[in-house]
Amino acid sequence: MGMHVTRRSALALGAGAAVLVGAALRSGGAEAAAEDTAKAISDLAGGKEPQAGRITLTAPEIAENGNTVPISVSVDGDLAAPDAVETVTIFAEGNPNPGVVSFHFTPLSGSAEASTRMRLAKTQNVIAVAKMRDGSVYMDKKEVKVTIGGCGG
Amino acid sequence: MAANVKPRVRVPKTASKDEVIVIKTLINHEMETGLRKDKDGKIIPRQIINKFTAEFNGQKVFEADLEPAISANPYFEFSVKVPESGTMKFTWVDDNGSSYTEEQKIEVQ
Repeated sequence: MGMHVTRRSALALGAGAAVLVGAALRSGGAEAAAEDTAKAISDLAGGKEPQAGRITLTAPEIAENGNTVPISVSVDGDLAAPDAVETVTIFAEGNPNPGVVSFHFTPLSGSAEASTRMRLAKTQNVIAVAKMRDGSVYMDKKEVKVTIGGCGG
Repeated sequence: MAANVKPRVRVPKTASKDEVIVIKTLINHEMETGLRKDKDGKIIPRQIINKFTAEFNGQKVFEADLEPAISANPYFEFSVKVPESGTMKFTWVDDNGSSYTEEQKIEVQ
Protein backbone atom coordinates (compact mmCIF):
# COMPACT_ATOMS: atom_id res chain seq x y z
CA MET A 1 0.00 0.00 0.00
CA GLY A 2 0.97 3.53 -0.46
CA MET A 3 3.70 2.64 -2.87
CA HIS A 4 2.25 4.53 -5.75
CA VAL A 5 2.73 8.17 -5.12
CA THR A 6 0.53 10.38 -7.18
CA ARG A 7 2.24 13.47 -8.39
CA ARG A 8 0.17 16.56 -8.10
CA SER A 9 0.98 19.05 -10.72
CA ALA A 10 -1.42 21.72 -9.62
CA LEU A 11 -0.54 23.26 -6.31
CA ALA A 12 -1.74 26.41 -4.73
CA LEU A 13 0.42 28.54 -2.52
CA GLY A 14 -1.07 28.94 0.87
CA ALA A 15 -3.46 26.07 0.45
CA GLY A 16 -2.42 22.85 2.09
CA ALA A 17 0.36 21.22 0.18
CA ALA A 18 -0.49 17.97 -1.49
CA VAL A 19 -0.25 15.07 0.87
CA LEU A 20 1.41 11.92 -0.29
CA VAL A 21 -0.75 9.53 1.60
CA GLY A 22 1.01 6.98 3.68
CA ALA A 23 4.26 7.76 2.00
CA ALA A 24 6.32 9.82 4.32
CA LEU A 25 8.37 8.19 6.97
CA ARG A 26 8.06 4.47 6.52
CA SER A 27 10.93 3.25 8.54
CA GLY A 28 12.22 -0.11 9.52
CA GLY A 29 11.32 0.81 13.06
CA ALA A 30 14.46 2.80 13.71
CA GLU A 31 13.73 6.00 15.54
CA ALA A 32 15.85 8.85 16.71
CA ALA A 33 15.94 8.35 20.43
CA ALA A 34 15.64 11.41 22.60
CA GLU A 35 19.35 10.88 23.38
CA ASP A 36 20.27 11.20 19.69
CA THR A 37 18.39 14.47 19.58
CA ALA A 38 20.06 15.64 22.77
CA LYS A 39 23.46 14.82 21.27
CA ALA A 40 22.65 16.67 18.04
CA ILE A 41 21.59 19.71 20.06
CA SER A 42 24.71 19.53 22.20
CA ASP A 43 26.90 19.33 19.06
CA LEU A 44 25.10 22.33 17.60
CA ALA A 45 25.41 24.28 20.84
CA GLY A 46 29.10 23.47 21.20
CA GLY A 47 28.45 21.76 24.52
CA LYS A 48 26.57 24.75 25.96
CA GLU A 49 23.26 24.27 27.71
CA PRO A 50 20.55 25.99 25.63
CA GLN A 51 18.62 28.64 27.54
CA ALA A 52 14.91 29.30 27.46
CA GLY A 53 13.73 32.56 25.89
CA ARG A 54 14.20 34.60 22.72
CA ILE A 55 12.97 31.78 20.48
CA THR A 56 9.35 30.73 20.06
CA LEU A 57 8.35 27.56 18.27
CA THR A 58 4.74 27.41 17.10
CA ALA A 59 3.31 23.99 16.30
CA PRO A 60 -0.19 22.51 16.53
CA GLU A 61 -1.06 20.65 19.74
CA ILE A 62 -2.73 18.01 17.62
CA ALA A 63 -1.74 17.16 14.06
CA GLU A 64 -4.30 15.02 12.31
CA ASN A 65 -1.92 14.24 9.50
CA GLY A 66 1.74 13.61 10.31
CA ASN A 67 2.69 13.99 6.66
CA THR A 68 2.33 17.73 6.72
CA VAL A 69 2.53 19.52 10.04
CA PRO A 70 2.83 23.33 9.90
CA ILE A 71 5.53 24.80 12.15
CA SER A 72 6.86 28.33 12.64
CA VAL A 73 9.77 29.83 14.50
CA SER A 74 10.33 33.37 15.62
CA VAL A 75 13.40 34.82 17.34
CA ASP A 76 13.56 38.16 19.18
CA GLY A 77 16.14 40.81 18.50
CA ASP A 78 17.61 43.10 15.87
CA LEU A 79 19.15 41.04 13.07
CA ALA A 80 22.00 43.55 12.75
CA ALA A 81 22.91 43.31 16.45
CA PRO A 82 26.01 41.42 17.70
CA ASP A 83 23.76 38.91 19.45
CA ALA A 84 21.41 38.43 16.49
CA VAL A 85 20.24 34.96 15.60
CA GLU A 86 22.23 33.25 12.87
CA THR A 87 20.67 29.81 12.63
CA VAL A 88 17.56 28.04 13.86
CA THR A 89 17.57 24.25 13.69
CA ILE A 90 14.49 22.10 14.16
CA PHE A 91 14.63 18.59 15.59
CA ALA A 92 12.00 15.85 15.90
CA GLU A 93 12.68 13.43 18.75
CA GLY A 94 10.44 10.63 17.55
CA ASN A 95 11.31 10.51 13.85
CA PRO A 96 13.71 8.01 12.27
CA ASN A 97 16.28 10.84 12.14
CA PRO A 98 16.21 13.84 14.44
CA GLY A 99 17.14 16.57 11.93
CA VAL A 100 14.34 18.44 10.17
CA VAL A 101 15.64 21.75 8.84
CA SER A 102 18.05 24.60 9.57
CA PHE A 103 17.10 28.19 8.78
CA HIS A 104 19.87 30.74 8.24
CA PHE A 105 18.97 34.38 8.75
CA THR A 106 20.83 37.52 7.66
CA PRO A 107 20.32 41.24 8.36
CA LEU A 108 18.42 41.34 5.03
CA SER A 109 15.89 38.87 6.46
CA GLY A 110 14.34 41.82 8.27
CA SER A 111 12.73 39.58 10.85
CA ALA A 112 13.82 36.21 12.18
CA GLU A 113 10.65 34.36 11.40
CA ALA A 114 10.13 31.35 9.18
CA SER A 115 7.50 28.70 8.57
CA THR A 116 7.49 25.34 6.85
CA ARG A 117 5.68 21.99 6.91
CA MET A 118 7.21 18.86 8.37
CA ARG A 119 6.67 15.13 8.74
CA LEU A 120 6.07 13.57 12.13
CA ALA A 121 6.11 9.79 12.40
CA LYS A 122 4.16 9.80 15.70
CA THR A 123 3.36 11.90 18.77
CA GLN A 124 6.58 13.51 19.92
CA ASN A 125 8.47 16.63 20.93
CA VAL A 126 9.55 19.10 18.28
CA ILE A 127 12.51 21.22 19.37
CA ALA A 128 13.81 24.48 17.91
CA VAL A 129 17.33 25.63 18.76
CA ALA A 130 18.54 29.15 17.96
CA LYS A 131 22.24 29.87 17.69
CA MET A 132 23.23 33.51 18.01
CA ARG A 133 26.19 35.34 16.50
CA ASP A 134 27.71 35.72 19.96
CA GLY A 135 27.59 31.95 20.47
CA SER A 136 24.67 31.88 22.90
CA VAL A 137 22.03 29.22 22.34
CA TYR A 138 18.29 29.27 23.04
CA MET A 139 15.68 26.55 22.77
CA ASP A 140 11.94 26.02 22.68
CA LYS A 141 10.03 22.75 22.62
CA LYS A 142 6.45 21.72 21.80
CA GLU A 143 4.76 18.35 21.99
CA VAL A 144 2.68 17.52 18.95
CA LYS A 145 0.11 14.75 19.20
CA VAL A 146 -0.13 12.97 15.87
CA THR A 147 -3.38 11.23 14.96
CA ILE A 148 -2.21 9.63 11.71
CA GLY A 149 1.54 9.24 11.64
CA GLY A 150 3.51 10.36 8.67
CA CYS A 151 4.41 6.75 7.98
CA GLY A 152 1.13 5.05 7.23
CA GLY A 153 2.33 1.92 8.90
CA MET B 1 10.58 13.67 -11.84
CA ALA B 2 12.88 16.55 -12.60
CA ALA B 3 10.78 17.58 -15.58
CA ASN B 4 7.80 18.12 -13.32
CA VAL B 5 9.50 20.23 -10.71
CA LYS B 6 7.93 23.65 -10.74
CA PRO B 7 8.72 26.38 -8.23
CA ARG B 8 6.09 28.88 -7.20
CA VAL B 9 6.73 32.06 -5.27
CA ARG B 10 4.55 34.80 -3.87
CA VAL B 11 6.42 38.08 -3.58
CA PRO B 12 4.83 41.54 -3.32
CA LYS B 13 5.60 43.49 -6.50
CA THR B 14 6.08 46.75 -4.64
CA ALA B 15 7.37 47.81 -1.25
CA SER B 16 8.39 50.96 0.51
CA LYS B 17 12.09 51.45 1.29
CA ASP B 18 13.29 49.18 4.13
CA GLU B 19 9.85 47.58 4.45
CA VAL B 20 9.90 44.02 5.76
CA ILE B 21 7.76 41.93 3.42
CA VAL B 22 6.66 38.30 3.63
CA ILE B 23 7.58 35.82 0.92
CA LYS B 24 6.02 32.41 0.38
CA THR B 25 7.56 29.69 -1.75
CA LEU B 26 6.51 26.21 -2.78
CA ILE B 27 8.08 23.66 -5.08
CA ASN B 28 6.47 20.40 -6.07
CA HIS B 29 8.80 17.58 -5.12
CA GLU B 30 8.15 14.18 -3.57
CA MET B 31 10.95 14.52 -0.99
CA GLU B 32 11.63 10.78 -1.11
CA THR B 33 13.02 9.95 2.33
CA GLY B 34 15.19 6.93 1.48
CA LEU B 35 13.37 5.00 4.20
CA ARG B 36 10.53 3.60 2.14
CA LYS B 37 10.55 0.28 0.33
CA ASP B 38 8.98 -0.55 -3.01
CA LYS B 39 6.65 -3.51 -3.51
CA ASP B 40 9.62 -5.84 -3.97
CA GLY B 41 11.02 -4.79 -0.62
CA LYS B 42 13.85 -2.75 -2.06
CA ILE B 43 14.68 0.60 -0.51
CA ILE B 44 13.58 3.53 -2.67
CA PRO B 45 16.66 5.78 -2.81
CA ARG B 46 16.54 9.11 -1.06
CA GLN B 47 15.87 12.08 -3.30
CA ILE B 48 15.05 15.37 -1.65
CA ILE B 49 15.50 19.07 -2.11
CA ASN B 50 18.41 19.57 0.29
CA LYS B 51 18.94 23.32 0.09
CA PHE B 52 16.88 26.43 -0.51
CA THR B 53 18.37 29.90 -0.94
CA ALA B 54 16.79 33.32 -1.29
CA GLU B 55 18.90 36.28 -2.47
CA PHE B 56 18.12 39.91 -3.11
CA ASN B 57 20.33 41.64 -5.71
CA GLY B 58 22.91 38.91 -5.14
CA GLN B 59 22.95 39.20 -1.35
CA LYS B 60 21.81 36.32 0.83
CA VAL B 61 18.47 36.89 2.54
CA PHE B 62 17.48 33.49 3.86
CA GLU B 63 18.67 29.93 3.50
CA ALA B 64 17.36 26.53 4.58
CA ASP B 65 19.09 23.15 4.82
CA LEU B 66 16.43 20.49 4.42
CA GLU B 67 16.31 16.95 5.77
CA PRO B 68 13.90 14.20 4.66
CA ALA B 69 11.57 15.22 7.51
CA ILE B 70 10.43 18.22 5.47
CA SER B 71 7.07 17.42 3.87
CA ALA B 72 6.64 16.71 0.19
CA ASN B 73 6.32 19.90 -1.85
CA PRO B 74 8.56 21.94 0.46
CA TYR B 75 6.95 25.19 1.58
CA PHE B 76 8.73 28.15 3.15
CA GLU B 77 7.49 31.43 4.45
CA PHE B 78 10.04 34.05 5.52
CA SER B 79 10.68 37.75 5.18
CA VAL B 80 13.00 40.20 3.48
CA LYS B 81 13.84 43.79 4.29
CA VAL B 82 13.82 45.62 0.96
CA PRO B 83 16.53 48.33 0.81
CA GLU B 84 16.01 49.28 -2.85
CA SER B 85 14.35 48.12 -6.05
CA GLY B 86 15.74 44.83 -7.21
CA THR B 87 15.30 41.15 -7.85
CA MET B 88 14.63 38.28 -5.51
CA LYS B 89 16.23 35.07 -6.71
CA PHE B 90 15.23 31.70 -5.29
CA THR B 91 17.20 28.48 -5.75
CA TRP B 92 16.29 24.92 -4.78
CA VAL B 93 18.98 22.22 -4.95
CA ASP B 94 17.99 18.61 -5.59
CA ASP B 95 19.92 15.54 -4.34
CA ASN B 96 20.30 14.56 -8.00
CA GLY B 97 22.41 17.66 -8.64
CA SER B 98 19.71 19.65 -10.41
CA SER B 99 18.83 23.09 -9.26
CA TYR B 100 15.66 25.02 -9.91
CA THR B 101 15.46 28.79 -9.85
CA GLU B 102 12.82 31.47 -9.91
CA GLU B 103 13.15 35.27 -9.90
CA GLN B 104 10.84 38.12 -9.15
CA LYS B 105 11.33 41.86 -9.19
CA ILE B 106 10.35 44.16 -6.33
CA GLU B 107 9.95 47.85 -6.99
CA VAL B 108 10.57 50.29 -4.17
CA GLN B 109 8.09 53.17 -4.33
